Amino acid sequence: MLKARILENKLSSLYKAGKIVGGVYLGRGQEAISASLGTALIQGRDCFAPLIRDQAGRTAFGEPLIDCTRTYLGSVEGPMRGRDGNIHRGRPEMGMPAMISHLGAQVPLIAGMLFAKRLKGTLAGCVGATSVGDGATSTGAFHEGLNLAAVENLPMVVVVANNQFAYSTPNSRQFACVDLVERAKGYGIGGFSVDGTDLMACASVVGEAVRLAREGGGPQMVVAHLLRLGGHGEHDDGSYVPEAARSGHYGRDCIEVAMRQLVEGGFATADEILGWQDEMAEDVQKAVAQAQQEPVPDPYREDWTALSTRFPVSRT
Amino acid sequence: MVTYIDAIREAQERLLREDDRVFLYGQDISSFGGAFKATKGLAEAFPNRVFDCPISEDAMVGLAVGAAIEGMRPIIEMQFADFSSIAFNQIVNQAATHFYRTGMPIPITIRLPSGGTPGSGPFHSQSMEGIYAQYPGLVVVTPATVSDAYHMLIDSVKLDDPVLYCEHKFLYRWLKSKAINGDHLPIGQARIARPGKHATVVTYSAMVHEAVRAADRLQADGYEIEVVDLRSVKPLDLDTVLASVARTGRLLALGEAFPWGGVTAEVVAKVTEEGFHLLDAPPQRLNARDTPVPYHPKLWAAHRPTPESICDALRKLLSF
Repeated sequence: MLKARILENKLSSLYKAGKIVGGVYLGRGQEAISASLGTALIQGRDCFAPLIRDQAGRTAFGEPLIDCTRTYLGSVEGPMRGRDGNIHRGRPEMGMPAMISHLGAQVPLIAGMLFAKRLKGTLAGCVGATSVGDGATSTGAFHEGLNLAAVENLPMVVVVANNQFAYSTPNSRQFACVDLVERAKGYGIGGFSVDGTDLMACASVVGEAVRLAREGGGPQMVVAHLLRLGGHGEHDDGSYVPEAARSGHYGRDCIEVAMRQLVEGGFATADEILGWQDEMAEDVQKAVAQAQQEPVPDPYREDWTALSTRFPVSRT
Repeated sequence: MVTYIDAIREAQERLLREDDRVFLYGQDISSFGGAFKATKGLAEAFPNRVFDCPISEDAMVGLAVGAAIEGMRPIIEMQFADFSSIAFNQIVNQAATHFYRTGMPIPITIRLPSGGTPGSGPFHSQSMEGIYAQYPGLVVVTPATVSDAYHMLIDSVKLDDPVLYCEHKFLYRWLKSKAINGDHLPIGQARIARPGKHATVVTYSAMVHEAVRAADRLQADGYEIEVVDLRSVKPLDLDTVLASVARTGRLLALGEAFPWGGVTAEVVAKVTEEGFHLLDAPPQRLNARDTPVPYHPKLWAAHRPTPESICDALRKLLSF
């Protein structure tokens, strides 16, 4: 989660310097819950469909930093080759599908990956996970996908990062229940609610949800309560977030909380953490520098075909 | 005799038998056999390969895309093409963009029971082929014959790309053949359904049969009308269309979908662009009317093109 924060701070600088075309969407304030999910999953066995604020989860799951910088900087060497940008990246063949912008759409997709594993006889011990925000819980796809996953009894974990704002829309205009976790009961699935600013709590609760799904307990929903510590994207100053929310409990920075937890728990010293930060900053710098040296796509050499099947050219 | 729906069922049976990656997912398709019985007996013959699903078209296609990422070849049955509007996002944004974005193709086949039948009304009668054909990354097929219903479904599942398989409900039981023809054309190649020399009707799906009827009537007046069955509307076989227009000099593009834009507009645009010099008359279009598809059989029959309205359109075309 620390690496994700350092990387995202760098992305923000690059955006402000005009080096990134298109939006930059950061996970500030959501690193604890996102990293907890990425850490609980096993790359090579599980599948994970991250959403826009999951840099920490992606890194924890095993996505190399270079995939991120290449995609943001439009390198042809990246997984999206300039054809899609920023957080719309993935490596589906490695169990990490590339998100589309339409919220909730990855819920049934992950269900499908798990369903296929069941048909192939490779589902045992696997988990599929995806993240959504509070806004996505209002979509039909979220409902259809979770209900279907429940009907099929799939080992799926859906993390709802309730960061209180969908772009500028507050929770009060998004849903009318007290806690989104109440919905789990309606789907007949497991439900957990956690303080998303508390790394130890997130790791414990997400770990438990993943364990239950892995052991055949069916879909699990984890609702993390937190605050988005920034705008929707770097183009947005988030000035609509009231001061009371910023200065309230969920306005605290999960990274600072986590550092304190590590030091107080005797897991690491403050100096060690500073050392990690330096190493990670160097890794980030390398990933940015490499992507910046690489070629961007050439429209004259682009293969302008959307189908893998090559029909005769005259038939289009 | 083999009906059009028999051919669809038999194609799915063969696909299930020959390819472990194929499974069927849809509403009421398991032991019930599907609303139109296109999957009758398949759940019993292939345990754990044919699944009933919740009324969740978005999730059905989302699941199919996920399964395709994992190497499967799902066939999704929409109960009616009209309901695929609920799955529109998964079809055009998730499935259709996937290969271009990631380099990984999504081999899914979505069966769309399409087109009007008497009494079906606004929400069980639609023809969606033009809408899907507009999006890059999708193949859209529209079989008009028993043989094509069979072979094109098999070919659709074998393609690595997402296919919208538009099967016409009016043809399900009405259209019969002695046997499923052994040889078949590939997807992307049109067929001359009826040879002629005075005018070309370019059409697809059930309208092929209406066009042939109209052509038979005009034969009495001494006109020989050529009917081109596109078979797939995307890819669209412009070579065969242009070759026909070169022979006849006259084009009527005929379809059952709504009149604004769509397949017929695309055919006229392409022929005008690339074959303007071949035309002896302004190309014409004939489509359904610009209203929802009406319920009452009398209204319905006048909403879609009929042999009479096709003859009228052809007489106008021949009068230039």
